[in-house]
Amino acid sequence: MIEMKYEIVIGLEVHAELSTKSKIYCSCTTEFGGEPNTHCCPICTGMPGTLPVLNKNVVEYAIKAGLATNCQISGFSKQDRKNYFYPDLPKAYQISQYDLPVCKNGYIDIEFDDQHKRIGLTRIHIEEDAGKLFHDEMDAGSLIDYNRCGVPLIEIVSEPDMRSSMEAKIFLEKLKAILEYIDVSDCKMQEGSLRADVNVSVRPFGQRKFGTRTEMKNLNSFKAIIRAIEGESRRQIELIESGTKIIQETRRWDDNKGVSYSMRSKEEAHDYRYFPEPDLVPIVIDEGWIEEVRNLLPELPHERKKRYTIEFLLPEYDASVLTSSKHLADYFEQVTAICCNPKLASNWIMGELMRILKAKELEFSEIPISAEYLAKLLILIDKGKVNGTTAKKIFGIILETGKDPELIVSEQGLEAVCDEGAIVMIVNRVIEANNKSVLDYMNGKDKALGFIVGQCMKESKGKADAKVINRILKEQLEKLTDNS
Amino acid sequence: MELFELTAHELSYLLSSKKTSAVEITESVLGRISEVEDKIGSYITICRDEALKRAVEVQKRIENGEAKSPLAGIPMALKDNICTEAIKTTCASKMLSEFIPPYNSFVAQKLNNSDTILLGKLNMDEFSMGGSTESSFFHKTKNPWDFERVPGGSSGGAAASVAAHETIFALGSDTGGSIRQPASFCGVVGMKPTYGTVSRYGLVAFASSLDQIGPLAKDVTDCALIMNAIMGHDDMDSTSLRAFYDDCTKGLINDVKGLRIGIPKEYLSDGINDEVRRAILDAIDVFKSLGAECEEFSLPLNEYAIPAYYIISSAEASSNLARYDGIKYGYRAPKYTDLLDMYNKTRSEGFGTEVKRRIMLGTYALSSGYYEEYYMKALKVRTLIINDFQKAFEKYDIILGPTAPTTAFMFGEKENNPLDMYLGDVYTVAVNVAGLPALTVPCGFDSKNLPIGMQLIGKALDEKLLLRAGYTFEQNTVFHKRKAKG
Repeated sequence: MIEMKYEIVIGLEVHAELSTKSKIYCSCTTEFGGEPNTHCCPICTGMPGTLPVLNKNVVEYAIKAGLATNCQISGFSKQDRKNYFYPDLPKAYQISQYDLPVCKNGYIDIEFDDQHKRIGLTRIHIEEDAGKLFHDEMDAGSLIDYNRCGVPLIEIVSEPDMRSSMEAKIFLEKLKAILEYIDVSDCKMQEGSLRADVNVSVRPFGQRKFGTRTEMKNLNSFKAIIRAIEGESRRQIELIESGTKIIQETRRWDDNKGVSYSMRSKEEAHDYRYFPEPDLVPIVIDEGWIEEVRNLLPELPHERKKRYTIEFLLPEYDASVLTSSKHLADYFEQVTAICCNPKLASNWIMGELMRILKAKELEFSEIPISAEYLAKLLILIDKGKVNGTTAKKIFGIILETGKDPELIVSEQGLEAVCDEGAIVMIVNRVIEANNKSVLDYMNGKDKALGFIVGQCMKESKGKADAKVINRILKEQLEKLTDNS
Repeated sequence: MELFELTAHELSYLLSSKKTSAVEITESVLGRISEVEDKIGSYITICRDEALKRAVEVQKRIENGEAKSPLAGIPMALKDNICTEAIKTTCASKMLSEFIPPYNSFVAQKLNNSDTILLGKLNMDEFSMGGSTESSFFHKTKNPWDFERVPGGSSGGAAASVAAHETIFALGSDTGGSIRQPASFCGVVGMKPTYGTVSRYGLVAFASSLDQIGPLAKDVTDCALIMNAIMGHDDMDSTSLRAFYDDCTKGLINDVKGLRIGIPKEYLSDGINDEVRRAILDAIDVFKSLGAECEEFSLPLNEYAIPAYYIISSAEASSNLARYDGIKYGYRAPKYTDLLDMYNKTRSEGFGTEVKRRIMLGTYALSSGYYEEYYMKALKVRTLIINDFQKAFEKYDIILGPTAPTTAFMFGEKENNPLDMYLGDVYTVAVNVAGLPALTVPCGFDSKNLPIGMQLIGKALDEKLLLRAGYTFEQNTVFHKRKAKG
């Protein structure tokens, strides 16, 4: 394995669209979707003479993100123009931050394979998003939708601290969880509200100097990011092994084909001619403001995880899985608040529910069963009113019909048979109908018992508790032996 | 006297005493435009019907006592880089020759709220880049004092229209002298306010950190009334100052006793025309005779103001004008092969020579490897110039000098010599670089009967004192009363 000789070095630049109500420099809505060019105004379309005015909430969200990722918040920060021509950029410059970002020098701790690792964050800065181009294949022309123009973004730049696609994935998941927890971004990758540029280089293990890196821009799914890292590192290793130099360049990752293409080399790189935005004044953030935002910070994933192990006595693993997403953790707490059995809730969420989400390719924000119904189902289990097998059946029916689990039980008569007299009658019926098996059992064939239990379950239409059947069956068989 | 010859405050008096109406005044000025516009060419767009309709409405408001502003019923015109809703705003460029903004600039809205009557949009150098209005895409504007000569620029149409009585007053914009120099060339009063006191919202940007809108008027009193109408904080402009905006008419006091006036000796030495120097020296004598203390001093960094100004303004312009790419509005080349070709052809065809020159200068100054050497250095010089002025204002209340080194020059004289044109800004650019207010008032005539302007520079937010000095000078001289032949 040639690849084993090389260490992969990864740095990420993550763009997250902020969930402020209005855009960064005007009062247009940031809502996703909408008819093309209906969420824009003279300011966000860069009409002559218009001027930007910074939305204070954007700075607040950036401070929040900075505090949640252990960054220093800059007391003095400014915005700069990044100049380049592209039809989706109506002013032909993007207002961003160059040398004085709002946040710097932070970190995120990640965990994997029982290891803890600290990934450094170089900076977090604020900037505006661009519009979207649509290439009309029929007409050979292009159309532009400026709705996204001026939607606020934060760009989170990591240090080159990750060493595998797995670490990168865990880092991104953790970062996404944090942004969701502090409620600054909805992080919907399929809507492009979270996307990443990936910087990859490789070097022989033991070498201190970094290899030459390449950058792949605008990857918008975890899977694409992982595949891009793996594909690109493999390409680089093959080049080195064949004695070819790696060129510092921007590459485009084609996730369908699983290959990257060169876009432009360092020499061809844009000269963005950054300079301080003269239409805006510096951003001054005093200690009072930082404290105010700090007080607004909700419980973060690692804090919540710790609380789950103490308050709900959950195993570390359960706590870690449940708190990996705010949506999931909130759901868990809602279910537990009703059913009062945290471990049962945890088992069902991590088991049945996750299985369904995976099968249906749903996000944690799209859980298809209400916390109330799941909790009701768990109460039925807890009280012994339905057994495990029936519960899974009911779970399936809730998903299908959206009906209340209690209603399903009564409508379909799924309540467990608890009346011992009824079970004795069932058992005796089965014994009578299966003389041969009973004889086999009595002659020492223990296997035969399983068959008889199964017949009893069938006779009860699955509603009896198998343990109770077992006990009563043994009692009845003993009676037979005694009598004979 | 015809109505069009009067000042705003004179007309305001006639209106309030019911001796005339907004309609009569508007008809009078429109009549004047019909009479002389062919010869002068101040306007790009004339809104004849809209103005008359508006005059009728405003007159009703005056009669109902609803129009309270001293400018109510006064016709005025705006430089064509000030956005006006539903009225073409071209910046005198082919690029925006058909552009109709769907919004009003802050100042257009303010003047609208003051019940003024918009006559039209005034000619200028393309995107305000120039000092003669010769770079307009549409036509040249002639100096009303001598049709062979330029009106100055870039607010040449504004200055000429006021001097030729084609409007009662006008608003221009001043990035490096673009109000003051044409006002000086056309013998009218012009003011460049403190940076941040008049909102730039809706002013098509040339150089954001230097641009400022200001009045061009027939006398200092009108200038003060206009300042009152357009100054003030605006939430739509982040660089708008949250300051106490005092009533500028409080500066209309005929008294300069004890006023400390500094005259930078650099302003009266190399490159200045003898007749201009003489007029300034005479003006100093007027101030002295009225009890002001006048003294020469040195402003040694003034010579660096021009290079710093041209780097900063061109750098900002290269970015501000990048949006004219043929994609969204404005001119687009009719034939192109792909996106890059469309950009290249649109911008090559849509911009004039001077604009392209500045875009290239600015792009170069911001390029990686040159940024530190040019742009950063210019910003440092800017700080030094600000300090230089601050030091001067510890000793003086006002700095006095010429507005321009010469009187109006001939058409074509500097058109092919940009450097010579740039040097004409030698006394004006430092004021923009430092963000200070400055007023220009007529202070004499040369032997060719061309007006000479005197520039008064003040501390930030000290407009009132500048108006007071200008007013006192005006009250004790007759230069502002002489009329152009146009």
